[in-house]
Amino acid sequence: MADLTPDQVKHHVRIYVMVFVALAFLTIVTVAISYLDLGPIASVALALFVASIKGSLVACYFMHLIDEKITIYWTLLITVAMFMVLLFVPLSTLLDHTQY
Amino acid sequence: MSTDHHKESFLTKYIFSTDHKIIGLQYGITSLVWLLFGFMLMMIMRYQLAYPESPIPFVGALLGESGILPSEMYNSLGAMHGTIMIFLGVVPLAFGAFGNYFLPLQIGTIDMAFPKLNAASYWIYFLGSVVMVIGFFVPGGAANSGWTSYPPLADIATMGQTVWLFGMVFLITSSLLGSVNILVTVIQLRAEGMTWMKLPIFTWTQFITAFLLLLAFPPLEAAGILQLMDRLVGTSFFMPSGLVVSGEILKYTGGGSPLLWQHLFWFLAHPEVYVLILPAFGIVTEIVANNTRKPIWGYKSMVYAMVFLGFMSFIVWAHHMYLTGMGTSIGAFFQTTTMIISIPSVVILTTLFLSLWGGSIRFNTPMLFALGFIPMFGIGGLTGLPLGLAAADIHLHDTYYVIGHFHYVVAPGTIFALFAGIYYWFPKMTGKRTNETLGKLHFFFSFIFMNGVFMPMFVQGLAGVSRRLWDGGEIYAHAADVLYLNEVMSVSAWLLGLAQIFFIANMIISLRGKKTGEVNPWGATTIEWTDTTSPPLGHGNFEIVPNVYRGPYEYNVPGADKDFTPQSEKG
Amino acid sequence: MDIPYTVKDRPDTGLYNGKLGVWLFLASEVMLFGGLFSAYIFLRTGVDTWPRGADILDVPLATLNTLFLITSSVTMVMSWASLKLKDLAKFKLYAGLTLLLACAFLVVKYFEYTHKFHVGLFPSTNTFLGIYFTMTGLHVLHIIGGIIVIFYFWMPGSKMWESDPERFTNRIEIVGLYWHFVDLVWIFLFPVLYLL
Repeated sequence: MADLTPDQVKHHVRIYVMVFVALAFLTIVTVAISYLDLGPIASVALALFVASIKGSLVACYFMHLIDEKITIYWTLLITVAMFMVLLFVPLSTLLDHTQY
Repeated sequence: MSTDHHKESFLTKYIFSTDHKIIGLQYGITSLVWLLFGFMLMMIMRYQLAYPESPIPFVGALLGESGILPSEMYNSLGAMHGTIMIFLGVVPLAFGAFGNYFLPLQIGTIDMAFPKLNAASYWIYFLGSVVMVIGFFVPGGAANSGWTSYPPLADIATMGQTVWLFGMVFLITSSLLGSVNILVTVIQLRAEGMTWMKLPIFTWTQFITAFLLLLAFPPLEAAGILQLMDRLVGTSFFMPSGLVVSGEILKYTGGGSPLLWQHLFWFLAHPEVYVLILPAFGIVTEIVANNTRKPIWGYKSMVYAMVFLGFMSFIVWAHHMYLTGMGTSIGAFFQTTTMIISIPSVVILTTLFLSLWGGSIRFNTPMLFALGFIPMFGIGGLTGLPLGLAAADIHLHDTYYVIGHFHYVVAPGTIFALFAGIYYWFPKMTGKRTNETLGKLHFFFSFIFMNGVFMPMFVQGLAGVSRRLWDGGEIYAHAADVLYLNEVMSVSAWLLGLAQIFFIANMIISLRGKKTGEVNPWGATTIEWTDTTSPPLGHGNFEIVPNVYRGPYEYNVPGADKDFTPQSEKG
Repeated sequence: MDIPYTVKDRPDTGLYNGKLGVWLFLASEVMLFGGLFSAYIFLRTGVDTWPRGADILDVPLATLNTLFLITSSVTMVMSWASLKLKDLAKFKLYAGLTLLLACAFLVVKYFEYTHKFHVGLFPSTNTFLGIYFTMTGLHVLHIIGGIIVIFYFWMPGSKMWESDPERFTNRIEIVGLYWHFVDLVWIFLFPVLYLL
């Protein structure tokens, strides 16, 4: 990242513009699919799927994740794992309620 | 560190210093003061427990007309004792003080990665601690819903709880900034040749602790925000529908869940207990290697065990919630992970124990505290097992057994390790020596009275005495046979307090003593001892930044011609 | 002696200290918003009925806000790229645009919030609104924080470009990483609160 030539930077800029167009398009898609009547599980899954694509584009290209080395990947991997635990394990205690 | 020496005022040199050693000392002194304060709160509580509804000596006048400790205030003292000891005392001392002072020295660098951020971390901690204590002076007194702040009680508690929440926001912020600093420093600033598997165990423990703090604290911050919203704005994140208090229906929209708080709280608070113990493991390891004059047995096992412990610590938290009505499947999941997490702890304790075998043991004060740590932590850890098993926990949850368990790991556990560290590194920080006689007296009396305070708690807990009882169980028939132990524990606690006078006196006398001129009196191998002066050089730590050629504990290595070989000595 | 790797990358990690620092900070922020997302999931699953976001909240306005933030992310990374091309004027242009779009986001949010209060919808009204105001409120605080920092580097802080251009460029990269994260949170917040 430190030693980029002007041509490399211009190449990056072209990618930024393409990502922007993709993100704008996917935003419209996000709103559009919310009008479809898919049932709760499918709507959630689809909405999160589209959001994940948008998020990945932002992370990989705007945040240059795609150019980074292993240290950042390890940090993010551990974080994402803990994030998933935080999101879904409390829920599972709720769903596995003892019925008397 | 820079070639131009700017004129430093007293303010920039000592108060707002960005030097990691000064900041470490700031953390150290502040946290020791808070530890003493938290201890005093407990001594007041223990008077009430030993002699229920008798006027408290010395401070009775402050507590009420009759000098008796009111029950609400007992609750405040309890909640604040826990909060202060953990968040204002032990963690800032173990992580903020020891970590900041010694980690850069041990890895051979000139300061932390972000010196200004480091100073900010300290001052935010200081501010947060002041905010916390202000709670005592607001109407209704300090937070009184336990250090665990469970709703619905905490949601409707007096003003002090709001103060507690704001205090926690400051303290969590300080912790997060400190963690980022430690992590970047270890990853980026290790000296040439200091590979991961040559790091001293002390540095490893600080590194893993930082990761735990970084990822575990934010959900508590989120929970704190939600509880503040409940208390200040009238939301019902944690308030279930239809709550009736003192005959009145509470005016909340409802639909909330007290369990949600418990999940978010314990998501932090379980890794937090490993934050409390890991730095202690690190300090004890340094001292054991140094005072057995041989390398640690099982360095690699220790490192892998600690890393595994760090990961596992994130998926055991609901063993604090076995009695909340969760189903057997999820209960079994948490029981399994909890049993598994005991394995790395056993590995670490075993490597420490085996490291003593065949050693040339020196029984100086740091080593006595380190040796005391091992069985005490053993008791603490073993008594945790019945608590981790859901079936046994049904009987032991929220009893004095729990209090005995966690105090054994933190008090004659971590705090002994921290004392060991203070005695061990005192010559490095000051260039002077502590008094060995006072040190030994401090150790022996502390050891005896620690056990006097906490061992009876297991007996009371097994008899069914609940925790957080203002009268110490007096009102319950099932507690009658074990009630006498309250006085035993209280007297032990006060004598334990008196025993600390040996420590305080030792510090004062030794600080006023003369410098010995010895740079490495313990004959240690790690860089903070071998490559810099005692105390270390003001700016930049090292005349010449060292390179590292060997592992951290080359004591009496077969074939070597001397007693110890510094890490920075060429092969 | 100076602290190493403040500007130059460390070879094995490929990072300078500040960049690693901000990624670690963002990791903690993931867990902070994660705590709130977890609360949302927990609370919603625990009840029988939950309002449809689109019935209470203004979807078109929020869609506009989403486009504002996405655009501001592009202008932010463009401001960094301009510095890489040694063009301070372009940097100022793009950073200024970023600030403008961020302020536009805040203005929209202001109208959203005040409209809610006007029709008697407060955080205390029900759990959905409680979590809506809390999550978007925390997000707004992060936007404000970002505005303050970007403004600082846009105006007084840009002096560093003259004394240490590489260090200044790195600072903008770091600020950008934070800003993209704030955008990322909104990318998830928007469908979860408004559309599901």
